Amino acid sequence: MSHPTPEQLAAAANKCLKDLEQLPALKVKDRLAIPMQEMPSQDPQVRRHNLMEVALGYTPAQAKAEALRCLQCKNKPCVAGCPVAIDIPAFIQAIADGDYQKSVDILKQSSLLPAVCGRVCPQEEQCQKPCTVGKALKDVNQAVSVGRLERFVADWEREQGKVKLPVIKPETGKKVAIIGCGPAGITVAADVRREGHAVTIFEAFHKPGGVMVYGIPEFRLPKVIVQKEVETLEQMGCKIQTNFVVGRTRKLLDLMAKDGFDAIFVGVGAGLPKFMNIPGENLVGVFSANEYLTRANLMRAYDFARADTPIFRSNKVAVLGGGNVAMDAARMAVRLGAKEVHLVYRRSRVEMPARIEEVGHAEEEGVIFHLLENAKRIIGNEQGLVTGMECIRYELGEPDASGRRRPVELKGSEFIMDVDTVICAIGNESNPLLRQTTPGLDHNKWGNIIADASQLTSLPAVYAGGDIVLGAATVILAMGQGRIAAAAINKALAAQPAGQT
Amino acid sequence: MNTILKKTQLSDDVFQLRVHAPLIAEERKPGQFVIVQIDSNFGERIPLTIADADLREGSITLIFQTVGKTTLKLAALKEGDAIENLLGPLGRPTHIEKLGTVVCIGGGIGVAPLHPIAQGYKQAGNKVIIIMGARNQKLLILEQEMRAIADELIICTDDGSYGRKCLVTEPLKELCLQEPKPNFVVAIGPPIMMKFCAETTRPFAVPTFVSLNTIMVDGTGMCGGCRVTVGNETKFVCVDGPEFDGHQVDFDNMMKRLRSYKTLEDKARHTCNLEQAIARKENESKP
Repeated sequence: MSHPTPEQLAAAANKCLKDLEQLPALKVKDRLAIPMQEMPSQDPQVRRHNLMEVALGYTPAQAKAEALRCLQCKNKPCVAGCPVAIDIPAFIQAIADGDYQKSVDILKQSSLLPAVCGRVCPQEEQCQKPCTVGKALKDVNQAVSVGRLERFVADWEREQGKVKLPVIKPETGKKVAIIGCGPAGITVAADVRREGHAVTIFEAFHKPGGVMVYGIPEFRLPKVIVQKEVETLEQMGCKIQTNFVVGRTRKLLDLMAKDGFDAIFVGVGAGLPKFMNIPGENLVGVFSANEYLTRANLMRAYDFARADTPIFRSNKVAVLGGGNVAMDAARMAVRLGAKEVHLVYRRSRVEMPARIEEVGHAEEEGVIFHLLENAKRIIGNEQGLVTGMECIRYELGEPDASGRRRPVELKGSEFIMDVDTVICAIGNESNPLLRQTTPGLDHNKWGNIIADASQLTSLPAVYAGGDIVLGAATVILAMGQGRIAAAAINKALAAQPAGQT
Repeated sequence: MNTILKKTQLSDDVFQLRVHAPLIAEERKPGQFVIVQIDSNFGERIPLTIADADLREGSITLIFQTVGKTTLKLAALKEGDAIENLLGPLGRPTHIEKLGTVVCIGGGIGVAPLHPIAQGYKQAGNKVIIIMGARNQKLLILEQEMRAIADELIICTDDGSYGRKCLVTEPLKELCLQEPKPNFVVAIGPPIMMKFCAETTRPFAVPTFVSLNTIMVDGTGMCGGCRVTVGNETKFVCVDGPEFDGHQVDFDNMMKRLRSYKTLEDKARHTCNLEQAIARKENESKP
């Protein structure tokens, strides 16, 4: 399949709109006949060698054509699929009408980070899954491209310099501490600040943004977008304290006892990388995806000439896992110059948790997929360097507890894969630091903090949300929990007598 | 924030910085470390042990050897300059209790992290025997400070230029052969020294702890770059350590992992020397 150029896609959209103008009024049949607008993207052969964003964004004509595909269903099945319940038909109708400002305003009522979510949400599992258009065309991939439209208007707002600061209510004199400046923390900060409470965000890294800056690569989510969101927070009066690891620099409860915070939100993410527990895992050349991506993204190791942080120069890389992080690591390895990048996943393609778009992009960029295979051990030489990986083949057996068919080892199918680097992207568990240093903060057996329906933890005035509660999940789910926590914090603080200023 | 209050050169390539960091000074305990980064955009994050802290001044003391690009840049900072990013205190503090006789062994720059630990054991009421080792007398650091703590101080140099001409393992073995044996040993220094200290005490079954300094990126458990094999289990130095039972640590694997970026670092250092030479030339040519 040849790669359609942005120009071809734009021309097709323009022609499509011209044809539609001939029609007196759009009937359902006409809307269903509008071709789904493909996302223009960099040519795979070109983008393999750069870190610039792969998806280039719709042109206004494409956005309009795509928006016209929406049937404006009365029962809005898409809204039920959105973790933050954005009024999807309404923001799409505004795009169709050409009123981008109105569209952004609708989005921002529910989502604080549309430019991020439009790029990284697993839409095919959320809003686009129940879409009537997708159902009518019998293909979820033919649903209305809600995410691409969301991105389109969010980018328009940023590029036009139209980002409006929300109205901040008069200062209440109350202080809220937010631990972790990732998606959950940013959401809570904005919502709590709007009510007039003083907000300080504590971030362990030297830059704010959490997984959006250390994990998700530039080619999928440009850093300027995250930066812009963080700047907005600062303009709203939120204080961001980097290089501050709560639990060590300050104990969690000391933030209330010594520093006078009235409430705390914990949004520290699921930071501890899981390994496979197979022989050879501590050889030189085996990395967690966290380490590999942090070196490449946050520490800018891709800039070989300027960055002090080194990154392993690989020839043949194996990435273990089938999620978005695995795709990110594999595609980063391609860009860092690896000659072969193999992605090893023990289930089949349909079970892959990664977004369909990322899987497609990885394939276009030459990542070699090994499905129904898994690593058994990693082999090294005398210097402790990886020289290969023993794998075994699987077949799909009976469904397991998760409803997915359980992969079963095929006895005697072992083989050696010739690689010098292995990147483990099989998930994260929760970081033990906060629970070790905070007595009374209840957690489950996986180390996730336990929170009730309002995100309140076992400690008074301490709330938690995002991956530290959910286990490794998504940006949008973290945001959703952040919104709930912020509402609960605002309610609790409003019920208290006024604080001292 | 993070202003350098005092800079002292302890030997050819060892520097001591007293840095204004009141929060870290308040919370830090023996055995803990900080992550240092000189430049937010392109700088590397490296772990350095906290050698001391002054609560009144709100400062911590860092002692480091110039071994790579970042430590060279750190050594080039002057009093009044600030370290752009300083994170800590990190790692689990040393578990200090009264055990009886504790032998504290510091090799080279390892004496710096050993200092607060030896101090802690002394304050807890232990008899503290300190063994310090260095290649030669010039490379010996903190002798006066350690002497002030030690009930007994043994100095070893490789070339015999000061103290005994031997490796630190020799007096350690002598102490283990005595009755009563030491109750506890702490060894901090180059990995190879720690490995052989652990091997020395193993036959005597004297509990021996070591403090590991591995490659780290975040220092908070997020990357796993620092992982080591301890008793066949994978541990993260940053959140599970930095101190471990020396008899359980796979030092050979750790040493190999420490060399992960050796060729790249040599290259970096090479450019760095080159840059320095160019800078010197430029300075010379100025009137």
